[in-house]
Amino acid sequence: MILTTIEVVPDKKIVAHFGIVTGSTVRSKHFGRDLFAGLKNIIGGELKAYTELMEETRDEATERMIAQATKLGANAVIGIRFASSDVAPGAAEVFAYGTAVKVE
Amino acid sequence: MELIIQLGFVAFLLAIGYFFGSAREQSHYKSIIQRQKSMSHLPTRAEKIKDTSPYSEAMLVSGSVVIASDYFKNFVAGIKGFFGGRLTTYETLMDRGRRESILRMKEQALKWGADEILEVRLEMATLDAIGIEMFAYGTAVKKHKV
Repeated sequence: MILTTIEVVPDKKIVAHFGIVTGSTVRSKHFGRDLFAGLKNIIGGELKAYTELMEETRDEATERMIAQATKLGANAVIGIRFASSDVAPGAAEVFAYGTAVKVE
Repeated sequence: MELIIQLGFVAFLLAIGYFFGSAREQSHYKSIIQRQKSMSHLPTRAEKIKDTSPYSEAMLVSGSVVIASDYFKNFVAGIKGFFGGRLTTYETLMDRGRRESILRMKEQALKWGADEILEVRLEMATLDAIGIEMFAYGTAVKKHKV
């Protein structure tokens, strides 16, 4: 599966369009990872556990988008965008979408 | 007596926040500037690309960081927020986060052997009571060998 944020796949011709595909995950922000987050709020800086959590969440959303594209018979997703939103206090949604296409 | 203990505790947190927070911010900026220099040879573009014929391969690359403010900054921002105006303490936080996320994206692209990164987008999310997440993503491309 080729993934791009641009509107084409370089060096390849698009032979079929399958429309928009999406993938999303809603995850709780807590997770027992808050142990050091409280301390970090005093001294500041990066919260590695949360960086990892967000990365995992985003990977999952991307995987779901890819699964949807595969089901349609696509072998690439172009024009990908990511978005995130707050669903409820303590819960975040990470959302990925793009256009599923078939390239040569 | 109780009040003095409470005030003392706040002063203690402020002192810790100030010393650790600014030390960490300074070392972070140092590392950001140094890495930006070492990766400045990789063109990173935000605009739409019309002509993609020079490129042969593409891959989605991304970088992210969750970063938190310190106690001192929050305290100062709280006071300043009352009067309005620029909150410089938060400006540096956003700046650090954003630059860090771009650098991580570039690191991933360089590891893959990219010649350029196209259509970079910057995104942010607020994790309430935790911090902010900065996220950068784009399309890393390799050029045709001439």
